[in-house]
This record gives sequence, C-alpha cells and structure tokens, in this order.
Amino acid sequence: MKIADKFNDLKKKKEGALIAYICAGDPTPEATKEYVTALVRGGVDVIELGLPFSDPVADGPTIQAGIERALNGGMTPDIYFKTVGSLRLHIPLVVMTYYNLIFKRGLEKFVKDCVASGISGIIVPDLPVEEVGELAGFCNQYDIDLIFLVAPTTTESRMKRILAEGRGFIYLVARLGVTGARSDIANSTRELIKRVKTTTPKAVGFGISNGRQAAEIIGAGADGVIVGSAFVDIIAGGKDAAGKLEALARELKEGVRDARG
Amino acid sequence: MKQELKSTKFGKYGGQFVPEVLMPALEELTEQYEKYKDDPVFNKELEHYLRDFAGRPSPLYHAKRLSREYGIKIYLKREDLVHGGAHKLNNTLGQALLTRYMGKKRIIAETGAGQHGTACAMAGAAFGIKTEIYMGAKDTVRQRMNVYRMELMGAKVIPVKSGSQTLKDAINEAMRAWVSSVETTHYMIGSVVGPHPYPVMVRDFQSVIGKEVREQIMEKEGIFPDSIVACTGGGSNAMGIFYPFIEDDVDLFAVEAGGSGMKVTDKEALHSATLCAGEEGVLHGMHTKVLQNKYGQILESSSIAAGLDYAGVGPELAYLADIGRIKPRNSMDSEALGAFHDLCRFEGIIPALESSHALAYVKKAAATGELGDVVVINISGRGDKDLETVLGMGK
Repeated sequence: MKIADKFNDLKKKKEGALIAYICAGDPTPEATKEYVTALVRGGVDVIELGLPFSDPVADGPTIQAGIERALNGGMTPDIYFKTVGSLRLHIPLVVMTYYNLIFKRGLEKFVKDCVASGISGIIVPDLPVEEVGELAGFCNQYDIDLIFLVAPTTTESRMKRILAEGRGFIYLVARLGVTGARSDIANSTRELIKRVKTTTPKAVGFGISNGRQAAEIIGAGADGVIVGSAFVDIIAGGKDAAGKLEALARELKEGVRDARG
Repeated sequence: MKQELKSTKFGKYGGQFVPEVLMPALEELTEQYEKYKDDPVFNKELEHYLRDFAGRPSPLYHAKRLSREYGIKIYLKREDLVHGGAHKLNNTLGQALLTRYMGKKRIIAETGAGQHGTACAMAGAAFGIKTEIYMGAKDTVRQRMNVYRMELMGAKVIPVKSGSQTLKDAINEAMRAWVSSVETTHYMIGSVVGPHPYPVMVRDFQSVIGKEVREQIMEKEGIFPDSIVACTGGGSNAMGIFYPFIEDDVDLFAVEAGGSGMKVTDKEALHSATLCAGEEGVLHGMHTKVLQNKYGQILESSSIAAGLDYAGVGPELAYLADIGRIKPRNSMDSEALGAFHDLCRFEGIIPALESSHALAYVKKAAATGELGDVVVINISGRGDKDLETVLGMGK
C-alpha cells in the first residue's frame, strides 16, 4: 500500500496516523512476524521495520539493545527481505536502516529488493539531503518513497530543500537527542510542527510512549506519531510481548484517533 | 592534489553522513573554521600555545644506532616529546581555541588509547572549557593510567559499554551525546575521520608536524627524505606529516596494524588494516574504506595498539591510496613489539606501540630498497602508556 493512500484515508476519517517501529529480528526473525501481526491487530497504520546495523549512531540505548539482540539472533538483509515479503500486510511498511547496509548491497539492488518485498518507503537516518542524490534517483525510478527527517536545529534553507525532496511523510524529530521514551511533550516540538509547512504528511517521533502524548502531538497539528522505544521496551521484557504490543498500539491509536482538530 | 575546504569530498570519499540534527552544527563548524583558519590573530594565539604550552617544534633526530642496525639512514620526528607524550595535542589545541572563538561552553570527545582524551583534557584545562571524554569500557581497563591522567586534569571520563566497548563504540556514543547538546557543545574528533570538515580541519592542525620536518630535514640533509613512514589508525599523525610533502617527490608509507594476522571472520578482523584490506563503505559520517562483512556490518578490529584499533580510516587517506600517492602497508603485533624493543635498546627512546608499527615496517623494508636511503619515521607518541601491555607480552 502507498503511504500517501494511507494518510489520505485517515484524513477523510479525521484520524491521526500511528506509526510503529520495531527492529526486525529482535530477538529472532520468527518473532518479528508475530510482533508485526500483533501491532497490526492493535490498529497501527504504518509499520516501520528496522533493518539492524552494527553501528546505529542515531539510536538511543533502548533501540541499540534491540538492534544488538537482532544481530545476535542472526538477522541479515537477506533474511529481512524474505521475512517482509512473507508478511502480506494491508498497511504500508517502511524500512529504517543505516546507509552502509544500502551502499554495500548496491543502491539499485536494495531499492529493487524493497519493491519486490512490498516495502513502501525507506528511512535512512544517517543520509542527509546533501548526500541523497543517487538513492533518490532509484527511489523515483522504482516509485518508492524516500522519507526524510527534520530536527529542531534544521535551518530554514535546509528545511526547504528537505521538504522539496521528502516523499511519503516528513519525519519530525521531536527533541534534540536520540530515540528513547520520555515523559512529556516539549514546546520545541510544537514549534517544529508549525515550522514544517508542507502538504506532505508530518509524523512526529522520538520520545512518545503513551496515548496522552500521542493525542497532544496530533492536537498540535501533526498528521501522525511515530513510536519506537516504547514498543522495543516491551520486546526486551519478553513475557507476553505480543499481547502487550497489541495493547499499547490500541492505547496509542485511541489517543490519535479523535485528536485531530 | 591539495584539497580545498569548499568541497566536502576527496574524490568519492568523505562527505557528511550524519543525522539531520547534526548537519547545522557541521555547517556552522565549517563556516567558523573557514573564517579563522587564516586569521592572523587566531593563528598567532595558536602558535603561542603550540610553542609555549605544547613545546613545539618537536626535534627531528638522527637515530644513528638504529640506522646502523636497520641499514638505512633514519630520522625520527619526535612527537613523543610533545606535551602529553603524543602528537594529539596539536589538534586539540587548535580545536579548543576554535571552540572558544565559536563561543561554545563544553567539549566532548572520544578516545581509543586515551591519547586524544588526554590531549583534550589538557586543552580543556588550559582553556578553562568543561571536557567530557567517551572511552570504550575495555579501553578504560587497558589504559587506566590515561583515564587517571584525564581525571586529574578535570575531565570527566565516561566508559562506553555498548558494542565492542572500544574506539568505534566511543565514537558512536560521543556522536549521540553531541546530538543532544549540539547548540552548546563542540565535538572534538581526534583523528582525520568523521564528517566534513573534520578530516580537513584535523589534518590542517596536524600539518605542523610535516611543516617542521620540511625545514628540519633541509637543515640536516639539504634535501628531502626519500620516504616518510607513519603508523595509521584513523590517520592523523600520518596526514600531519604527509600532507606538507604531498606534492613533492617523497614516498609516503602508511603503516597499519596487521594485528595477529590478515584474517577476518563474519564478525571480527584479526587486524585493523583498513587501507590494506578494507572495502568502500560509510561509517561515522564518512565515505571511506572500512572493515565490514558481506552485508556491510562493521567488523570489530584488533591490534596490540589501542590507537590503531579502528575499523575505518580517514577518507583522504583512502583517496590518496586509491590514486597511488600513499603506499598502505602493515606490521603485525609481534613485529611492532620487536621494533618497540629495538628503539628502547638502541636509542633510549620508548615509543608508543602505535609508532612501533612504523618502525617495524622500516625494519622489514629497509633491505628491499623500497624506502630509499633516507627515511623519516613519525614517532607519534611515547610508550609509557604501553608498559603494562608490553610487560604482559614478554619479549
């Protein structure tokens, strides 16, 4: 499914989008299928499935630990695409990974493998707009969305360039810092939502862990929320992870469902 | 061949592969560095610190007994005599001064062996700037005296327990820390690695080594050396001594750590010889050569010398190796150890195990004629920090 179609559907229903991140292969490739299914049951609108890299500089301790579990569990790009290909989702799935894994596989092959396994978008946290040319070319050629991040530190001139290049949705980094659940929503997040002027949907990530925060973000003008560490924490806990993932997804989705002004 | 600051690349290498949140800081740093790098006031102040605080210029010493032993005329560039015992201070004084000119209040840095961390702590104390050092937990054990030295000078040392708990993880963690404090904090990278402008800036600050050698060797020999040999991990002492000779007829040898052998598994390399055996990749903000598996996962590197134990290398070195301007070589742990003892015994100089790799290569290659008749070896640091390691290895 195209990301734009999903956001259009939600817009008609006046719902905010819930985007859920987990790391593929955490703790085993088999578990990922079960967890993704649980998240979908809980009402998630887009799955962001991490492809684990050995040196994840943009991730905080929680997701780093998930990535380490996944790598120890034997996850590789080959297994990743096989796993994703077998999921048969009716919602969009985007891959989040670091540039070296894409570079090493070959940019075109990576994009083709994404398309073949039903992936709708690609997020590369260590690939700023300056370096994106070649990958963006293949994404256009094979009609897959290359999703960009903007941060509170992003200058106006960079913002323009990113909004012009961004497809699918714009990923707003809620606070300075790396991924990890925090307790409240900062003013800088509200300001950033206002600063991002675009018709492309805006999704806010980094630090969201409950329904109340999610509702606040949508209320502040975002089209979606991205939740990662809170889900990865559940997986780290192990016991009845699928049930708890579904329950948290349901709570978050309740939060974003009616929050749109 | 000399690189202008305007470009972020060396051929296809280099660039800025970092999270968006850091891009404005890199833009600011590039702008500020460009503004001050030729500024007479900035440079006068830097020269003052290099001379009166760091003790520069460092001598170029004709090592007569070692020359006789190895069968080639050897000059040693004595960076081991720079304050702190290594070349690292050249860079940290430059960056600390820049931090002050930029109005930032805090310095963070990564360190492997602890040499860069120590140099940061010195510069931080000298300039009165709060300094925090990220260091792999394993390295804090291997180099505990350096940890103590940093703490004595007021720096806070933060052990990094993620991943392999070595330099690469310390860099990851320092980058993460920078992400959350980028407006008030300068990230002081210790080698010619990372995103632009670091590889250019660190090379420029370290080029004082090569500039001095140019004058000193002309005074002593009346002609440039046939070759210059430097150990290479990230590559800052190598670029520092190479760069001023880049357009001259001098052969430049970058000697990497061959570890316990040039072998790799799916997860680790038994060496750290990135230029010799690495492949193109993207790590720590730069496109360069890296040690990686077939999927692009970064390997854990290995070396007896913590300062060479790194899975990446400066992008300019990758470029210079590709075009044939520098010659990548390597020495194994055991060879470095042998050369370490040679320099101790024949010259009364205890070199760092890092620098011992350069010595070891000269020992191996002198007889082949590859190095010519006169060679300059960069003794990038002194070996006091390594005595426990050497003691543990026996002779």
